[in-house]
Amino acid sequence: MNHLFEFFLSPFREFIFMRHALVACLALALGCGPVGVLLVLRRMSLVGDALSHAVLPGAALGFLVSGLSLYAMTLGGLAVGLAVALLAGAVTRLTLLREDASFAALYLISLASGVLLVSLRGSNIDLIHVLFGTILAVDDAALILVAAITTVTLLILAVIYRPLIVECVDPGFLRSVGGGGAAMHFIFLVLVVLNLVAGFRALGTLMAVGLMMVPAVSARFWARQVWSTTLAAVIIAMLAGYSGLLLSFHANLPSGPSIILTAGLCYVFSVIFGRHGSIYERHRKGEHLEG
Amino acid sequence: MDAIILDDLTLGYNGHPAVHHLSGVFEPGSMTAVVGPNGSGKSTLLKGLTGILRPLGGRIERGCLRISQMAYLPQQAEIDRSFPITVLDIVALGLWQRIGMFGGMKKELWEQAWQALGAVGLEGFEPRAIGDLSAGQFQRVLFARLLLQDCPVILLDEPFTAVDARTTADLLGVIRRWHAENRTIIAVLHNYDQVRSYFPKTLMLARDPIGWGDTHEVLTPENLQLARQMSEAWDETAAACLRSQP
Repeated sequence: MNHLFEFFLSPFREFIFMRHALVACLALALGCGPVGVLLVLRRMSLVGDALSHAVLPGAALGFLVSGLSLYAMTLGGLAVGLAVALLAGAVTRLTLLREDASFAALYLISLASGVLLVSLRGSNIDLIHVLFGTILAVDDAALILVAAITTVTLLILAVIYRPLIVECVDPGFLRSVGGGGAAMHFIFLVLVVLNLVAGFRALGTLMAVGLMMVPAVSARFWARQVWSTTLAAVIIAMLAGYSGLLLSFHANLPSGPSIILTAGLCYVFSVIFGRHGSIYERHRKGEHLEG
Repeated sequence: MDAIILDDLTLGYNGHPAVHHLSGVFEPGSMTAVVGPNGSGKSTLLKGLTGILRPLGGRIERGCLRISQMAYLPQQAEIDRSFPITVLDIVALGLWQRIGMFGGMKKELWEQAWQALGAVGLEGFEPRAIGDLSAGQFQRVLFARLLLQDCPVILLDEPFTAVDARTTADLLGVIRRWHAENRTIIAVLHNYDQVRSYFPKTLMLARDPIGWGDTHEVLTPENLQLARQMSEAWDETAAACLRSQP
């Protein structure tokens, strides 16, 4: 009994950086869960990925300008992420390209410029840490930033929930009753970028999108309504955050990949054993109903 | 309620007309079938009426009728059928004009949504996911939403495609009730028997208007022959149309 307690709780009791990391993960899970589910439902799973790459050159720029400053890198990531989202939207609306195609082009451009910027100071270990995640060094300021972004995300989602959902499920209907779909789409993209920026401090630009997408994709196998899917995603993300941190603590592994890989385990389990549309559920033989 | 008046209306894409110089009136409370071969501009006309498509020429006068008072059922609704949402939620969207983006759903509004589902013969389907429905059941759901929208003008684009005879009969009953309630109904249809037995007025299009008036005067063998001769392809080298010049 004592051993179990030691294993599961004492890392968080003894080390303040573990507590910080845990709180950051739980807050991130609360914001990323609903945003990720909506991305999946809007068939924009890869747009989240693209935007996460777009955050990279912004953060690198912030670093080049003012060193390892939380605010400079956050602002840089936010600005470039939003710019890419806006540009992709504009290209989609003004030309023949579909949204995925315009996002693909823009994110590759920004990824390349991000890598180029990083290589200008390639030897700097700090920068590599921040770009690829240092959840074990989440300080108070970063924690407050994550909490603030999560709060804003949840409030805005609560306000625009109905039009956003209708824009997902039946955009033609929203147009016929007065429109507003484009505005909802844009507000939502802003939320995606905000949450990616919140995540990149803790998990790195490459891993931030993982906590958004992997739990959301797994949650599709456990629920049949938007609210319950969101709840499932948040729970999976929180579980992944907690057990990923434990894993990284006990096995001395980097925290970002540990967390996302734990979420990945949930995904594999859900694909095979999930309640709706999983491999098991689809191939189960047995009785069927009378009518 | 005001009539919808088309004045020398031309609608189309990339400058090519799909509805060419159409003039006429949809009287308030009238029930009109729009018929014609594929590519004759029927769907385009409905998109123009709802304001989704801007006219290339001419005008649509709606009087004091607002666009939001026109309920529109597109041919292939862009609805994502895999979306995890219940039948009742989709039907409740019909209340949009009353509660808007942010208003709350009161108990009596939920009851209206239940009643609308009952009226299209889908009692008990409320908590089902829309992905579980057949094509016909889903079309009933969309009609229930139209019922709740409670609009004076209802536009239907091929509402009975992929729907079986019994569902079609039920939904035609709903349309008849709307007609009795003095709503204006404009429906794109392909089945001339349905048109003859349910729709007093008919507009026959073949890009250019072939006929518009009482159904038995429009649905004549001569007109049908005329409509059939319409060429489907755009003439890429067509000269500018001179008819709109004064």
